[in-house]
Amino acid sequence: MAETQEILEGAMAVAHAVARCRPEVIAAYPITPQTHISEELSQIVADGDLDAEFVKVESEFGAASVVCGASAAGARTYTATSSQGLLLMNEVLWNIAGMRLPVVLACANRSLSAPLSIWCDHQDAEAIRDCGVIQLYAEDNQEACDQHLIAFKVAEDRRVLLPAMVNLDGFLLTHVFEPTIIPDQALSDQYLPPYKAVLKLDIDDPATFGAFTEPDKCMEGRWMVHDACRRSLPVIEEASAEFEKVFGRASGGLLENYKTDDAETILVAKGSISGTIKDVIDEMRDEGTKVGLMRIKTYRPWPGEAVLAALKGAKQVAVIERGGSFGAGGIMTPEVKETLYDAGLRIPVSGFCVQLGGREVPPDGIREIIDRVSSGEKQTAYEYFRLKQELLPDLVPEV
Amino acid sequence: MANKLLSTEKLSIGCVAPPGASLVNKTGAWRTQRPVFKQKDCIGCRACDLACPEGCVFGDPKKKQFDFDPDYCKGCGICAAECPVDDIDMVMEEK
Ligand code: SF4
Ligand code: SF4
Repeated sequence: MAETQEILEGAMAVAHAVARCRPEVIAAYPITPQTHISEELSQIVADGDLDAEFVKVESEFGAASVVCGASAAGARTYTATSSQGLLLMNEVLWNIAGMRLPVVLACANRSLSAPLSIWCDHQDAEAIRDCGVIQLYAEDNQEACDQHLIAFKVAEDRRVLLPAMVNLDGFLLTHVFEPTIIPDQALSDQYLPPYKAVLKLDIDDPATFGAFTEPDKCMEGRWMVHDACRRSLPVIEEASAEFEKVFGRASGGLLENYKTDDAETILVAKGSISGTIKDVIDEMRDEGTKVGLMRIKTYRPWPGEAVLAALKGAKQVAVIERGGSFGAGGIMTPEVKETLYDAGLRIPVSGFCVQLGGREVPPDGIREIIDRVSSGEKQTAYEYFRLKQELLPDLVPEV
Repeated sequence: MANKLLSTEKLSIGCVAPPGASLVNKTGAWRTQRPVFKQKDCIGCRACDLACPEGCVFGDPKKKQFDFDPDYCKGCGICAAECPVDDIDMVMEEK
């Protein structure tokens, strides 16, 4: 079946890809830079092109609660948000994961306040890292679209039954026009049959979801979320392989290893910054520097084995982040270190926070990082890269 | 509960429980105080019964005798606070 490419804005493309998944209940609250996704979906529903209930809510807490309830009632559900909106969903997301409801959502990644910024980084998604939501990251708009189909497929798989979130960089993807294929409806239907809930809310057969547990049972209830999330790793690989079979293009998966095979220096990153990194790698390869990129496409569950396989031959690793754990260091950096350390490898891993709140990372910044770590400079503890010292006041103000 | 995936012995996926699970789970275990229904000056107004957030006050207004169910009472003291004739005391739960 011929699928045609169109020049589309990222958020619009995602909305149409989501519609092809035939969600039955959508609830969302506007927040920049996500708004165009839910706006377009509400238009698609209003036009009668998608047989779904679009529930207008008073907040992201309400949006998450609506899809939680609708999913428990057996519907395929979708929501999208950003930044503070995701944080407002946080409480409900832990419940959705614990109740094992396959809600799919998108996060148009945006910084967190304060200071107020509407621009891209990954602090929002990383702040909900530990709640049991599967997290996929897109490099471009095509991948963001395709990952939505994969997200539904994986989330609804009976071996998984967990919420899944597709991350696409705010503005850098959501507002950028790219040639994109909207998945064909017939192929989408073939790939994603209607959702059949294992357990659902039923007035004639009542049940309590996420019921009260005494201390003798609660730990097992939480462990099941951990276990299901771990077990989703091979399911994500399967669903991505099937995607390629049905649609004829590769998308999804756990990692992308770009020129890593013989690389001495490997960068680790996720999201749209990978495009810039690949350009720099191409240039530096031409100059004879053995450098590659391991791009994280599946961030939760953490694809430890695949990460180890990609990095184990490297002489040094640099993790490029768009977030951090204040008072500790990076977020992905220690995860990469843990994977290597657990395998008995002491490859130096440097961590760099290159961008918060939408700051540009020009190619020469990536080049500087590669030069620094490849020149044998010793491992850099998490560094806020190119921090503008001249902007900082007296850090301990005098009264 | 008709669904065979649910039991009261094991957890289910999503910790979905058959209705009435809170009858099996005795939720009064974390109380630090408990009410004492003195049954002396009671006028049978049912304020305690209606105000109890746990629905665990029971009694007969005609007999003017009320008491509580210790398996579910949280010791919140609302019944004692609401009683217009001060016929309910809160005392420390000591075992
Ligand atoms: S103390 Fe609270 S929970 Fe216990 S019987 Fe009185 S109102 Fe009900
Ligand atoms: S509130 Fe006091 S007076 Fe009223 S029914 Fe209860 S115990 Fe009796």
